Amino acid sequence: MPNKKTFTSYLGAIALLLLCFTGSLMAQDGESILKKIDANLSSRNRVFESSMTIHGRRTSRTIISKSFSEGNKKSYTEYLSPASEAGTKMLKLEGQLWIYTPSADRTIQISGHLLRQSVMGSDLSYEDMMDDRKMTDVYDSKIIGKDTLLGRNVLILELTAKVSDVAYFRQKMWVDNERYIPLRQELYAKSRQMLKKMEMKDITKIQGRWFPMTMIYKDQLKEGKGTEFRITSIKFDQQIPEHVFTKASLR
Amino acid sequence: MKKFLLKGIFNDKGRSLLPIIVVATGTMVTVLLYSWITGIMGESIEMSSNMNTGDLKVMTRLYAEDYEQLPNDLAILNADALIAELKEMEPSVEWVKRIRFGALADFPDSLGETRGQGPVAGWAIDMLTTGTKEPHRFNLEGSVIQGSLPKSPGQCLLSEDLAKKFSIGPGDSFTLFGTTMEGGFSFRNFTVSGTVRFGAAGLDRGAVIIDISDAQSAFGMESAAGEILGYLPDTWYDDDVALSIKDKFNQKYSGDTDGFAPVMMTLKEQSGMADMVEYTNYISGLMVFIFVAAMSIVLWNGGLLGGLRRYTEFGVRLALGEDKGHIYKTLLYEALMIGTIGSILGTIIGVLIVLYLNVHGVNLSGMMKNSTLLLPSIFRPAITSTIYYIGFIPGIFSMILGNGIAGLGIYKRETARLFNELEV
Repeated sequence: MPNKKTFTSYLGAIALLLLCFTGSLMAQDGESILKKIDANLSSRNRVFESSMTIHGRRTSRTIISKSFSEGNKKSYTEYLSPASEAGTKMLKLEGQLWIYTPSADRTIQISGHLLRQSVMGSDLSYEDMMDDRKMTDVYDSKIIGKDTLLGRNVLILELTAKVSDVAYFRQKMWVDNERYIPLRQELYAKSRQMLKKMEMKDITKIQGRWFPMTMIYKDQLKEGKGTEFRITSIKFDQQIPEHVFTKASLR
Repeated sequence: MKKFLLKGIFNDKGRSLLPIIVVATGTMVTVLLYSWITGIMGESIEMSSNMNTGDLKVMTRLYAEDYEQLPNDLAILNADALIAELKEMEPSVEWVKRIRFGALADFPDSLGETRGQGPVAGWAIDMLTTGTKEPHRFNLEGSVIQGSLPKSPGQCLLSEDLAKKFSIGPGDSFTLFGTTMEGGFSFRNFTVSGTVRFGAAGLDRGAVIIDISDAQSAFGMESAAGEILGYLPDTWYDDDVALSIKDKFNQKYSGDTDGFAPVMMTLKEQSGMADMVEYTNYISGLMVFIFVAAMSIVLWNGGLLGGLRRYTEFGVRLALGEDKGHIYKTLLYEALMIGTIGSILGTIIGVLIVLYLNVHGVNLSGMMKNSTLLLPSIFRPAITSTIYYIGFIPGIFSMILGNGIAGLGIYKRETARLFNELEV
């Protein structure tokens, strides 16, 4: 009888070790996938033109803009059309955001809870636009399943924030298993309430990396049919003059 | 006989003084409380009507679903045409355009950079058209602390507390940063023409009032309006009249399934106003009932005491052959007279106090520092025709009831035992 008991104890210990080992492997996998995603989405800098189509309850409208960004600290956007928005400029420097508008000829700083407000009635908040950190810097991840989405094999990742200054505490992410690009994201609050849904389309290979050229955002807390963010041209690792990221460039 | 009884009341202070004091006190309190409650509720209802709900409000159906969120993207597009239609349907009602908005007021430093900013609750009303009644509805003239009312486009009124917080005054400029009807950025510079204090904590924290034409241009709402408010010709809100107009209007659009079709709501149907209107009516009735009941008990007790004190008198009168019914009748007559005298005195004192409080008001702003409701900070009792007679109801009724109950004892007296009782 003692031998049987010892055998059962060994078996239990081995099972526990295996479980821990498998768990750490899964965590490792989640982390490595996030690193691959970061390699696709993050860059030293980028210059891109985009059109943002906001589908409101009454009308839809499209806003064209040109943006420059460097890492996750600096970005500058100038709105080109429609006429009512043309000339409006936004500058992000070290977590601070300024907007210049020619109609009032004023530079206004956006801070605090206003950063959670919608940008131009879209489904994106200023925070969404500002937060460009690497996924691996913000989230812990684990693989929770596999599936097929839009004809692609995907891994389903659950991301949990490891820093406190994050807009979405939890994310569920469907990642293309070959190109390592998220195809769908569900963004949740700490209370597990879904705040936003994103879908990435038109995955294109640019300068050796896969990048989604179309992103569809849907704020789950507001009415409307969502916002379509389409990148019309994008270039990575360019020479951007330093003066672009100064307040002087706003006027 | 009435003259005889009146003489008795004045000459025999022991018979009348205490009941008159009790009735006068009760009447005075009734007048005061009725006037106070009607004043608070009435002012709140009127203030809400003037600033927020109107007696009637027209919105698009989708706007009406979330009207407390002020969804200007769902505003009425051709507001002038709708107003013309409303005027044709109800010419006696005054229809006005309003735009309510939430925005950020950004105060610049000397270099034009953000010096400070704060959220504001905005009202866009017609302030510049000749003969407009809108400034009067907001009591703007009476609320101005510094400067004056806007005289031209681009000028605005700012709440005094907000102006103080950001050290801004008449002549200074700031930028209103909001959202256009389409959801785009809206930046518009305004010059402060004056600062106002409404005496409503919720408003005084951060209100900005601009002209409707400025709002239409700033928020890309040319010819549009968030709400069209209707004001009945009577001073006081009449729910029956409002309901009939609402039904008539909504019936007209009942076949239209478009979410942007207009829909009308009465004051009572908005922002918990039904409760307030019902509460005002209910509380007035309850007040009268409580005082009638309480004073009846007090005066019944007074009547019993009086009956005991006048036990001998009634005995003598019965012994002299006076009919029990006659004694009872004179007792009720006396009660009527004492009740009337007490009620007149109580009403005079009550009305005088009401007049004083109405002129000076009672400042309760300290109690409402954190209130978000549209309530005035300085309360005044209402002077209505009711206060001149409402005190008479409990005053006279309870006096007669109290004496009537106490006087029933007269019928229990037996003539055969009278001489024994009177120790003759």
